[in-house]
Amino acid sequence: MKFALAGNPNSGKTTLFNYLTGSTAHVGNWPGVTVDKKEGIYKKLPEKVTVLDLPGIYSLSPYTPEEIVARTYILDEKPDVVINIVDATNLERNLYLTTQLLELDRPLIIALNMIDAVDRSGDKIDIESLEKAIGVPVVAISALRGKGVKELMQRAYATAKEPFAPYSVLSKSAAGEVFNRVADLLKNKNIDNPIFHAVKLIEGDELEVKNHLDIISLVNEIKSAYPAEEFDGDFEAVVADARYKYITERFSKLFKKAPRKEELTRSDKIDKVLTHKFFGIPIFLAIMFAVFHITFSGDFLYLSWYGVEPVESLGVFLQSQLGNLMGIIMDAVSDGLESAAPWVSSLLVDGLLSGLDAVLSFLPQILLLYLFLSILEDSGYMARVAFIMDRAFRRFGMSGKAFLPLLMCFGCAVPGIIATRALENERERRIAITISPFFSCGAKLPIWGTFAATMFLNRGGEVVVFGMYVLGLAVAILLSILMHKMSKKKDVAPFIMELPAYRLPQPKSTAIHLWQKLKHYVVRVATIIAGAIVVIWALSTFNFRFEMVEDNANSIIGIISRGIQWLFVPLGFGMGESGWKFVVAAFTGLIAKEMVVATMGVFAGMDADPLEMEAGELAATPIALLISTLSIPAGLAFMAFNLLSVPCMAAVGAASGELRSRKKLWSAIAIWMGTAYVVAAAIYWIGTYWWIGLILAVVLAVIITYFALKKKGIDIFKKLKKA
Amino acid sequence: MDKFLSDFKPGERGTVKRLSAEGRIKRRLFDMGITPGAVITMRKTAPLGDPIEVNIRGYELSIRKEEASTVLMEMDGGDK
Repeated sequence: MKFALAGNPNSGKTTLFNYLTGSTAHVGNWPGVTVDKKEGIYKKLPEKVTVLDLPGIYSLSPYTPEEIVARTYILDEKPDVVINIVDATNLERNLYLTTQLLELDRPLIIALNMIDAVDRSGDKIDIESLEKAIGVPVVAISALRGKGVKELMQRAYATAKEPFAPYSVLSKSAAGEVFNRVADLLKNKNIDNPIFHAVKLIEGDELEVKNHLDIISLVNEIKSAYPAEEFDGDFEAVVADARYKYITERFSKLFKKAPRKEELTRSDKIDKVLTHKFFGIPIFLAIMFAVFHITFSGDFLYLSWYGVEPVESLGVFLQSQLGNLMGIIMDAVSDGLESAAPWVSSLLVDGLLSGLDAVLSFLPQILLLYLFLSILEDSGYMARVAFIMDRAFRRFGMSGKAFLPLLMCFGCAVPGIIATRALENERERRIAITISPFFSCGAKLPIWGTFAATMFLNRGGEVVVFGMYVLGLAVAILLSILMHKMSKKKDVAPFIMELPAYRLPQPKSTAIHLWQKLKHYVVRVATIIAGAIVVIWALSTFNFRFEMVEDNANSIIGIISRGIQWLFVPLGFGMGESGWKFVVAAFTGLIAKEMVVATMGVFAGMDADPLEMEAGELAATPIALLISTLSIPAGLAFMAFNLLSVPCMAAVGAASGELRSRKKLWSAIAIWMGTAYVVAAAIYWIGTYWWIGLILAVVLAVIITYFALKKKGIDIFKKLKKA
Repeated sequence: MDKFLSDFKPGERGTVKRLSAEGRIKRRLFDMGITPGAVITMRKTAPLGDPIEVNIRGYELSIRKEEASTVLMEMDGGDK
């Protein structure tokens, strides 16, 4: 049997789903859209039941992927029963969806959730009368505590075996006659779900009209005979109005609100602080700072400032523990493979294991970020963040909801990209994913650190590092404005969002959430990465005759890099004898940015002639020698290239999962590589020949003035022509 | 007195008269409960001046001023 859970976002649907299915839950994707599809098994009934968690929706309208997925599923897959989770603390709006589910042919049962919160506040809901008024079973539950869930499932099981008579609240409204005539028309044509389709056709629902082109003229004929005068013939308004009227007239009186001592709820009080006019933004920044500090700081609470031995933050500590573990495994494997063929141990240790180490090393920090994210999400704070930041993001064609995913990219682009799923508008999501790698992530920090400690030692190293963050941010802003201006659809995504009441996050559901994300990340990333790692390993270990080489310079990638080195001459770092090494380092950076310094380290070690160097000098800075072959502009260009190019294979994997289109993925990759190349080249040329910067500045100023004047209605070119 | 929801000050309350939004935005506003006859209380403005937070049908909703400017309201007496 198949049970489907339907309900508003924040109605506790996922909590109920987790309670019902436990460890059997499986998260996948609905075909063609980035909407989570959650399925699990419920075992406590005579028959095995598959429970499907439909996406949280407010309505069965055809405007969001979630709504389309939910209605298509109920119409086409015909679940045995639909369990409608209704938030008892917010009856009116929740029952709006119920009036729509009643129109479908599938048996319906209502789970009146959060009944404990209603009891606690002293409010009363007359459940028996509600059941009679709606005409389907109503079971009061608390999904959080599992109260009433068993009864819910038993009654759902019984409901599934009984015939169901769908009805529409429309039949008793002002539009009743139109509705009845259209419904009869569809019934006579033996169409499934006649009542649902009748309502949708009256509304002029885009999807429905497309699917019923043969009847739409008949429907329009009936509609034209009943001009809904109050609403200027707007039947969508008539229908929505009829639903809410029906609810307030028949259901709302069954809800008795207890007199409140205070006018403000607890949620209101929290909101007074968190979305405060002046403190709202500083508080948000402080929370984000704390999240990043706990995840990424090597000097927790800045103890070293007070002369205390620095302590690693939780994230860094877990990361180093995992690193140690991987080191032990790698040593053990290479010891065990001593007698094996050299290519086997090289493939396993230098290829797969060290590659996996590079990718997995960030897993603890990614998970911590997820943990904080899901706590913020479940508590209801995330909606407030979007509320606070929306204004700032609109000019870039995004909404406030884009802020958090992008901010996370400063930590790691992978959770950032996956978090863009919360964005409603597909174009907005695409912009966010495209600019996500420009935020300097944790893995890029070692590159900045290496350059700051060598090339820019005592020459403003921290300014250069800070400059990289600013450069990335500037490029991200410029590109998002560009993408926004160039897109054909100019409309900014609407921002009509519920601000749910604050709730304490539940450890159990947070843990389930985290476990699902972990599986998601490991599976998605492992499949893509493992392949890429083996390819790169092979390319850097063998030469064209498939012989293992001692010196990477003679490997396939070394030979290729020297072949394409000229491509990077315009960027400065491709020049000179050692240029190809930077080219290889930049290329390995496409797999994972932490490999850039590692690659340079390998080359630097080979490059130095130990006899010519002082012992201390060699030990201290083998990389410094290599880097010193670059001019400062070339060094900056190299850093900029690493900042802006494809961040890592894990991010490409995440982007491919979220964009769900090969074409869009390749165009994103092209944008990343193109931007990296152009910006790095600009930096090199301006840094080397200052007058190029002057010319560029003049050209830019002319272009900006031209557009600024044009915006004011003055077209210089036309004026010049006339003159 | 009639005025648009976007012109409401925090604490002011009114009843929805008419929506002039189009297409999906209109539908979304309907779905969230902003239908003629619904009572809306303006709660606050976001720190940067937009969007706004309103209370409708017993829950908190955030919409931009742009969308709120399509909602024509009849003012109640205000706070009390």
